[in-house]
Amino acid sequence: MPHDHHDHGHDHDHDHGHGHGHGHDHGALSPSGHPYRADNDGRLTYWQQMEIAIRELLVEKDVTTPAAIAAQIDLMDSRSPANGAALVAKAWTDPAFKARVLDNAGDAAREMGFDIGPLHLIAVENTESLHNVIVCTLCSCYPRNLLGLPPDWYKTRAYRSRTVREPRAVLREFGLDLPEATEVRVHDSTADMRYIVLPARPEGTEGMDEAALAALVTRDSMIGTGLPRQPGT
Amino acid sequence: MAEQVRVRRLMPPGHVRAPAYLRGKEGVVHQSLGPFANPEQLAYGVPAGRKNLFRVLFTMREIWGDRAERPDDTLCVELYEHWLERLD
Repeated sequence: MPHDHHDHGHDHDHDHGHGHGHGHDHGALSPSGHPYRADNDGRLTYWQQMEIAIRELLVEKDVTTPAAIAAQIDLMDSRSPANGAALVAKAWTDPAFKARVLDNAGDAAREMGFDIGPLHLIAVENTESLHNVIVCTLCSCYPRNLLGLPPDWYKTRAYRSRTVREPRAVLREFGLDLPEATEVRVHDSTADMRYIVLPARPEGTEGMDEAALAALVTRDSMIGTGLPRQPGT
Repeated sequence: MAEQVRVRRLMPPGHVRAPAYLRGKEGVVHQSLGPFANPEQLAYGVPAGRKNLFRVLFTMREIWGDRAERPDDTLCVELYEHWLERLD
């Protein structure tokens, strides 16, 4: 493809043949205004080679198969925030289930039929006086086995370092300006537990069924960087 | 419950699971989670002893002092028993 050269720096000036002259216009953008991603033509890193070598050895020794590896990747890709949203909606409508979620959220998720493996999950409940938010300062621990892969921002140093230091400023950047009277509680996911926020059920949702309620539950509301949608929005 | 603890003020090298910003800080045990294989040994592939894991609650005042954004906000974190000293 014609965009392969853009990472080669500014020290060559051959014509790329698509109209932008002499090497000073390397920031070509897609029609939607985003930079093209370079092809991965570089050498494998040490750890990439290590991963391939170990994977091939495991296959050669019949410990696993390529199909089994692909199936695990498919399983992880099939997980999404919709799983957590279904759990939250059920907790909103069924007080006995909510009690089980707060007692052991992992077992409650298994009860709903979610394949979450050995995940140890703790649900922390938002109330009128308490708002919870989840971060992992040491790495990027996230309840992947229920919610799927974390958003990229969750893994950034900025989110990880600032959320424990100035959570209110971080939440304001997400559009969440909490009253001074509400306690913010940051959960630093440092070890064997994973966390999900059980957001408060929005006003005006009386009479809505579980499926309609689940549609209000956003991923960010289960991380604590947002609130559920209001009905009708 | 409400046991007062302090995070040990140690700075060992290598893979540890107690965030540096909490070393030497005092908090209250919020929940006892039971024993887990020590990740600080698992990380090196050596036999891992089982260590009790606790959720410990700190105030932002305790962690950040006068620089806290709102001193009465709180932070809850998992810490292994070998990182905690009891304050009696």
